[in-house]
Amino acid sequence: MPFEWVVAVRFLREGRAQTILILLGIGVGVGVIVFLSALINGLQDSLIERTLGTQPHVILRMPDDAVRPMKKAGADELVMSRLEEPAQRLRSILRWQQTLDEAAGNPRVTAVAPLVSGAAFALRGNANKSIALRGIDPERYRAIIDLPARLIEGTYELAGDEALIGVELAKDFGLETGDKVRLTTAGGKSEVFLIKGVFDVGNKDLNERWVFVPIRAAQTLLDLTGGISSIEVKVREIFDAEDVAQELGRVTGLSAESWMKLNTQLLIGLRSQSASSVMIQVFVIVAVALGITSVLVVSVVQKSREIGILKAMGTTTGRVTRIFLLEGAILGLAGSALGLMIGSGLALFFASLAKNPDGSATFPVALTLVLFARSALVATTVGLLAAVIPARRAAQLDPAEVIRYG
Amino acid sequence: MADPLMSLLGVKKSYGEGVARTEVLHGIDLALHRGEFAALIGPSGSGKSTLLHLLGLLDRATEGRITFDERDVESLSDDERAMFRGYKLGFIFQFHHLLPEFTALENVVLPMMALAGKEKPGMRERARELLSRIGLSDRMNNRATDLSGGQQQRVAIARALAMKPLLVLADEPTGNLDQETGHQVFELMREFNRVEKTSFLIVTHDQRLAVQCERVIEIVDGRIERDEKRS
Ligand SMILES: Nc1ncnc2c1ncn2[C@@H]1O[C@H](COP(=O)(O)OP(=O)(O)OP(=O)(O)O)[C@@H](O)[C@H]1O
Ligand SMILES: [Mg+2]
Repeated sequence: MPFEWVVAVRFLREGRAQTILILLGIGVGVGVIVFLSALINGLQDSLIERTLGTQPHVILRMPDDAVRPMKKAGADELVMSRLEEPAQRLRSILRWQQTLDEAAGNPRVTAVAPLVSGAAFALRGNANKSIALRGIDPERYRAIIDLPARLIEGTYELAGDEALIGVELAKDFGLETGDKVRLTTAGGKSEVFLIKGVFDVGNKDLNERWVFVPIRAAQTLLDLTGGISSIEVKVREIFDAEDVAQELGRVTGLSAESWMKLNTQLLIGLRSQSASSVMIQVFVIVAVALGITSVLVVSVVQKSREIGILKAMGTTTGRVTRIFLLEGAILGLAGSALGLMIGSGLALFFASLAKNPDGSATFPVALTLVLFARSALVATTVGLLAAVIPARRAAQLDPAEVIRYG
Repeated sequence: MADPLMSLLGVKKSYGEGVARTEVLHGIDLALHRGEFAALIGPSGSGKSTLLHLLGLLDRATEGRITFDERDVESLSDDERAMFRGYKLGFIFQFHHLLPEFTALENVVLPMMALAGKEKPGMRERARELLSRIGLSDRMNNRATDLSGGQQQRVAIARALAMKPLLVLADEPTGNLDQETGHQVFELMREFNRVEKTSFLIVTHDQRLAVQCERVIEIVDGRIERDEKRS
């Protein structure tokens, strides 16, 4: 073992109370960082996941059919947005097969799906309800929105005159898998569909309005034979969506909008949440660094005799410096190990406190290896940096002085 | 006589700056020889420790020339002087200054490690051998702080000798010990001097110890007043 390491470890070990107290201090600091990060990351992940559960990353449509983001305060003050179907007559995307291939060929795009969507009515006996008709290619569409996972009954199959409806519509109309429902459009077309399944996408409004049918059936009903109204796109990195949207918009000449644009409020909220969390973490790090520095400064003063002796014995200033830098790094690393336990324990405790009815956590926490590694790295680096001043003091100690008055 | 091991020529040392400046050593000429066992005596405040620190390369002279083995040591860098101290010199202080965090054995191993950068085979053996020669075989693994004053001072002697230095500088090594223990410690140094031919320069206030040395250097008010050799 290197000399510096032997001395640093021994100094720390024999510093007992001091070492334990500062380790606790670092542990609590790192614990706060881990807990806060886990909580906020978890929360943000789940918010984004919920938002993207019903939205494509990018949507391409004819330019004047542009979507207006609609702000709507949801149950838990989340700001969500919804696609409002345009009122004007549907126009198909020109040469959409080619556009589809073009979009699919973008390296940042992982999936594309054509969509025929428009307003329609669902009829059952005397009742009628306004719905959003969505004609899809089931195999392609499931890559955009994982509908099969959202089915609460039936099967994910769509062919001919088959349809998937939302759980709210099913309730309102008293429908279940195997029943039939008539869909009509303002243009006067009408067709009866066999219900193959009922879904719950976690959004009451969409559960009431969305009706999925095969793309061909939607084309017929909406008078859009051979055409499609939009292309929905999934990208590799969700935060690249706006970038990709602009690129696709340029290349295809279509209006391209990303989920980020449609959820500006949500993103602003998330961003300011992240910013305040970063602020807190920075202050915690500063406090931890000051703690380490002051403990080491005191220890340099306490150990000035020993340092003088080490120097008299031939220890170079470089080695003396490294002893104290090492002490800082070891404190940081050991303290962060403690902090990871404190932070994870706290996060898991919080997560276990509040559970949703379905057993999932109300406080989703994201305890990832990356977070652990980052915290340990930050704490070790901070420890090292915090030791710079004490280490320099130790290096500058004049052995003659210390020995004379020691 | 052979070339001196260490020599000082017109060495002056002052402390402080400007009006606060006081000269402590006013031009010292001195040669120390190989294998010599010398005492440095003088009244309190005469500059004995100051001189010892200059000889030990712990401090730099204000004026004058200091050579070790014909080599000008004043012109060396701090790190070169540190290495020099480690390899050629040994120190024994009044307050022994063992590292309290380490055992007796570790205290003797440390100077060897500090120079090599890490522990190497043979270091512990060397330390054990030294400790058994000073009669502390059975206390090797005791904490430095668990030893008596005399035992601690003996460990300090072993530590000073760990790297087989050419010159050991001792500043009142027996000053803190009772007469009996002081004598034992003195005898131990004497023995190492005889067996290993290590030079010693010992600062002492104890006349009885001084007269047992082959050479007595007396310093008064920053000047060498007397320098006697006997055989
Ligand atoms: N760092 C310093 N700054 C100013 N004056 C100093 C310093 N170190 C020593 N002196 C002065 O130098 C003089 C000699 O001190 P030194 O310690 O060498 O004496 P000494 O002979 O070892 O005395 P003692 O027998 O008491 O140990 C004293 O007057 C002391 O006050
Ligand atoms: Mg003195």
